[in-house]
Amino acid sequence: MPPLVFAFLAALAIIASLGVILQRNPVHCVLSFALALTDIGVLFMGLGAVTVGFLQIVVYVGAIMVLFLFVIWLLNTQADALKPRGNLGIKFAGAIGAAVLAAELFVTFSSYPRMREIRTMPPDFGSIASVARMLFSDYLVAFEVTSLLLLASIVGAIALARTTTGAASPALPVTGGGDAPAGAPGASIASGAPARESA
Amino acid sequence: MTIELLIGAIKAIVIVVLVLGLTTMMLWFERKGSALIQDRIGANRADIFGIGKRLGLPNFGFINTVLADPIKMFTKEDFVPDGADRALHALAPFLALFPVIITFAVAPMGDILRIGRYNIDLQPANLNVAALYVLATIGIGVYGIALGGWASNNRWAMLGAIRASAQMISYEIAMGLAIIAVVVTYGTLDLQAMCRIQGGVWFGWLPRWGILLQPVSFVMLLIAGMAESKRVPFDLPEGESELVAGYFTEYSGGKQAVFMMTDFAEVLLVAVLITTFFFGGWQVPWLYRDGFHFPGGAHLLMPNLIVALLEFVAFWVKVVIFSCFQILIRWTLPRLRYDQLMRLGWKGLVPLGLINLVVTAFVVVVAGGK
Repeated sequence: MPPLVFAFLAALAIIASLGVILQRNPVHCVLSFALALTDIGVLFMGLGAVTVGFLQIVVYVGAIMVLFLFVIWLLNTQADALKPRGNLGIKFAGAIGAAVLAAELFVTFSSYPRMREIRTMPPDFGSIASVARMLFSDYLVAFEVTSLLLLASIVGAIALARTTTGAASPALPVTGGGDAPAGAPGASIASGAPARESA
Repeated sequence: MTIELLIGAIKAIVIVVLVLGLTTMMLWFERKGSALIQDRIGANRADIFGIGKRLGLPNFGFINTVLADPIKMFTKEDFVPDGADRALHALAPFLALFPVIITFAVAPMGDILRIGRYNIDLQPANLNVAALYVLATIGIGVYGIALGGWASNNRWAMLGAIRASAQMISYEIAMGLAIIAVVVTYGTLDLQAMCRIQGGVWFGWLPRWGILLQPVSFVMLLIAGMAESKRVPFDLPEGESELVAGYFTEYSGGKQAVFMMTDFAEVLLVAVLITTFFFGGWQVPWLYRDGFHFPGGAHLLMPNLIVALLEFVAFWVKVVIFSCFQILIRWTLPRLRYDQLMRLGWKGLVPLGLINLVVTAFVVVVAGGK
């Protein structure tokens, strides 16, 4: 990647990240966050990790940030309600976080000569085959444990979403049925759902 | 070096012009086609100074769609509602159109074209993870729709935006599963390589097209693709009878035209994907790099230029056929109810895709011996 392109993308990533924390409107923050993640995906591609870059965009920008948008809409937060708070505890926590980050950056940059030594890459670096080979051999256990965690969270989400009676009752069919009076001509046709009949 | 850059630039310009041109053609086809289906006459009035009428030419409504409508739309008042987020309101249509247009960069329009000493690959951008690229750009496409609805400061638009993002996220999963099954079948993510694999014949006459290997994925991709492009029967984000016009209720003039173009570009995109994955891409039955080799044993050898041209035309003909097929479905089926939409996506297509993927992987491992 040409240094100029890298500098541009890096600057954009920093600006977008600043936008996440400095903007008042939560939707603008999410948009900045999505921009930052896309930008980092492009940086990955430029550094040779094409597969990881695209996966980053598919997973984070295409799915997770859209869910963030959803949550913000469903919580219905007004921008005015999010005035900056002069809470001393938050400022203290922020100062600690900044100090840790500064220390980390210092350690990283002071070991710069060592970083330069590892810049030779194998010829198939970043290809989907090499990523998959690593994922399913060297890091197989970690990979499987992660998928187990995800499965557990899916099961947990379903368990929370189910009602105590055991029957799944999504909100949509119930409200949809409420529009038409019972016994209306349209209602009998539309009541294909078992949930609707119980409601 | 300069020549290579020039070739790349020409390929990029060709694909953009073709996509925008075909998008307009689809608009025309939709207007006249829907009229045909509904036993109406459709657009037939616009003319340039009455020249067509004086010469007695039949009016197919071309001028309506290609000239009159764009002029009308782009000279209309660009209305922004009170309390709207002006910047995002302006940005949203382009955020919707841009990811769709750039996806065509990996459309394999043909095999190798030889001019002089240059071998030109007729894919605008040869990317070896093209299938991932397609998934990524389709994933980004949600933002334009979602933000357009939100920035309008209108309840209808907001509801449309929420519906659109829920629908697109849900059907992206089905679409991803269909594409993964295809990738497992071909063993590559490169769309151009997929087309090459589909060359040749089975039993001496049957083209080796992907539809014969992955019929389930084809149906899934078609359904999920139509849901992604928010067409009837999946047009709940617009839902004219419920939400006025859904996420673009507060859009007028040029911005609304851009949203409309996005819809039709997505129709084309789905057609491109279906053609590439299941119908051989640029493959013409029995056409090889040196010409036709018919099943009976007859040969018809042709120069590379004609072969490349035939492949190029074949690809776009297939794309147009599948685009027209989607428009035909649009004017045939009624709209789904929202719970039906979600049930079809999550309880129909996703389990079907998972089963299809497991079966595909099993067959590939057993048959391929890898």
